Amino acid sequence: MNIVVCIKYVPDAQAELTFNASDNTTDRLGVEGLLSELDEYAIEAGLKLAEAAAGGVAENTVTVLTVGPDKAADAIKKALQMGAHAGVHVSDEAIHGSDAAATSLILAEAVKKIGSPDLILTGMASTDGSMGVVPAMLAERLGLPQVTLAAELTVDGGTVIIRRDGDTASVTITASLPALVSVTDQINEPRYPSFKGIMAAKKKPVETWSLADLGLDAGSVGLAAAWTKVESFTKRPPRAKGQIVTDEGDGGTQLAEFLTTHKFV
Amino acid sequence: MAEVLVLVDHVDGMVRKTTLEMLTIARRLGEPSAVFIGAGLDAAKEVLAQYGAEKLYGFESADYDDYVVAPKAEVLAQLVTSASPAAVLMTSSPEGKEIAGRLSIKTESGLITDAVDVQAGEGGAVRTTQSVFAGGYTVQATVTKGTPIITVKPNSVAPEAVSGAAVEQAVEVSISEGAKGARITDRKPRAATGRPELTEAAIVVSGGRGTAGDFSKIEEFADSLGAAVGASRAAVDAGWYPHTSQIGQTGKEVSPQLYVAAGISGAIQHRAGMQTSKTIIAINKDEEAPIFELVDFGVVGDLFKVLPQATEAVNKAKG
Ligand SMILES: Cc1cc2nc3c(=O)[nH]c(=O)nc-3n(C[C@H](O)[C@H](O)[C@H](O)COP(=O)(O)OP(=O)(O)OC[C@H]3O[C@@H](n4cnc5c(N)ncnc54)[C@H](O)[C@@H]3O)c2cc1C
Ligand SMILES: Nc1ncnc2c1ncn2[C@@H]1O[C@H](COP(=O)(O)O)[C@@H](O)[C@H]1O
Repeated sequence: MNIVVCIKYVPDAQAELTFNASDNTTDRLGVEGLLSELDEYAIEAGLKLAEAAAGGVAENTVTVLTVGPDKAADAIKKALQMGAHAGVHVSDEAIHGSDAAATSLILAEAVKKIGSPDLILTGMASTDGSMGVVPAMLAERLGLPQVTLAAELTVDGGTVIIRRDGDTASVTITASLPALVSVTDQINEPRYPSFKGIMAAKKKPVETWSLADLGLDAGSVGLAAAWTKVESFTKRPPRAKGQIVTDEGDGGTQLAEFLTTHKFV
Repeated sequence: MAEVLVLVDHVDGMVRKTTLEMLTIARRLGEPSAVFIGAGLDAAKEVLAQYGAEKLYGFESADYDDYVVAPKAEVLAQLVTSASPAAVLMTSSPEGKEIAGRLSIKTESGLITDAVDVQAGEGGAVRTTQSVFAGGYTVQATVTKGTPIITVKPNSVAPEAVSGAAVEQAVEVSISEGAKGARITDRKPRAATGRPELTEAAIVVSGGRGTAGDFSKIEEFADSLGAAVGASRAAVDAGWYPHTSQIGQTGKEVSPQLYVAAGISGAIQHRAGMQTSKTIIAINKDEEAPIFELVDFGVVGDLFKVLPQATEAVNKAKG
């Protein structure tokens, strides 16, 4: 089984995110970045499947794929340290400002170039943009069934089976491979790289591809090709300092009074 | 006037409030057409007419309920071709976003997710407002290619009743075999709590690690206010409350009139799911807890003392 895991390099959630005033895009260079934590669950899911499949990790490969700036190589490195076999990094000046549609186009072409994997795994959403639409778009572009938001995942022969927890029901979804599966943060506990893993990662193959390597025209991605446009952005004014009371036996009563005055009761 | 397609969000024909909100938004952009996919159309007709649907496209086959997302995207793509709508609106739920993602690629149209407001801009352009970076910024955006596809967050507008003709349209659509690739093979219904749905609720009361696993005081307070109950990830991970009640980045994003956080510290990932609430209240033992930066009203104290007292006072005030 060949598994491709799509991983994203994102700004640190604790950092203050801002926009580039020049073109209204997210400022990704001014802040520290890392492998999106939600994609660690996808890497872990891929590694677990490879380990469990017949032939183990010797015959079942996990390739991680990222589209992003030079520093996104750090995300690949971490995934290789966790145990992934190989990395592919698509990097090109022209990619800056790409929207979800363009990102999915680049990912789709890269997946094709890697070869036809049996399974494509993604996280549930990026921790920065967090649209949660790239998996669906990628599945559409590749003509694959989408089996999304897995809280549990098994592969049985040529069939993938997941559990998805919805509002009204918990459902089992089944599809034939090849398929695209996105996983939630409920699915597993991502492993930490071991010392052995860190050493081994140094020898693992990483390919860096440009748009031209994928046969993509620079004009088909990036800010100019985006299908949506940010017209303006404003920093949300800090919330006015609220009233804070210390409970001295009547905190609940004061709380109820606040609710009554503001007509919530 | 151009049509605006609204994908009806429903459970077996029970129309969700977000649909009525989207019909209200659709009227600003053109003539609302409700698109109903799945079983239960008859039960839905009346309310769709009451909230201004001029046309009604019904696709009532059990098939749709068995497959995930892709067939619905195919139906909408065919309608986009035949009706040339001014925009397509659907709920900003995981499923809504996925349908929108597929539709966007099929129709080569721009997609905006998580809109909290949608207005007709100059020259008919559709202008959206979103809250991004965990609520830190407000962004105005437009779609520059194809038919604007917009997912709208629940509680974005107050639904306005206006009667619509709701004329049923007979349209034939075809669903490809490829769209039937992911099939729902089992369904375990969730027991109803009797409380409002989290994303639709006007008031949400959430508990965190500070409950130490005892949500009874949270629930009693919520019930006194007719509120939904939420939880932090710490409470969910500990197994104290179901994951479907988690508020935050990897849970639900809510935007109620009132959000009450009890025993929740206010981590950035939690804030991402509740920061746009209109009024925020917190109860926390630790006066340094970051949640207090957000509140309109805060009580530094033990939730097990504060909440029961507040519950009693609220119940008394209601008479
Ligand atoms: C990728 C990622 C995604 C995440 N997604 C989410 C998400 O969607 N939602 C989410 O909530 N978190 C999420 N988290 C986790 C988040 O970072 C925090 O760990 C979590 O929100 C903490 O929950 P808490 O506030 O209940 O617990 P804590 O941070 O431990 O806070 C408990 C609070 O309770 C107070 N307390 C204790 N006892 C009492 C008492 N008797 N009365 C009153 N107050 C009391 C304490 O003073 C403390 O402030 C995510 C993290 C990551 C890395
Ligand atoms: N630039 C990218 N490179 C690789 N994978 C990505 C990229 N952007 C998004 N993804 C994948 O798509 C998932 C959802 O992303 P999003 O739709 O941006 O919230 C992520 O968890 C990743 O698995």
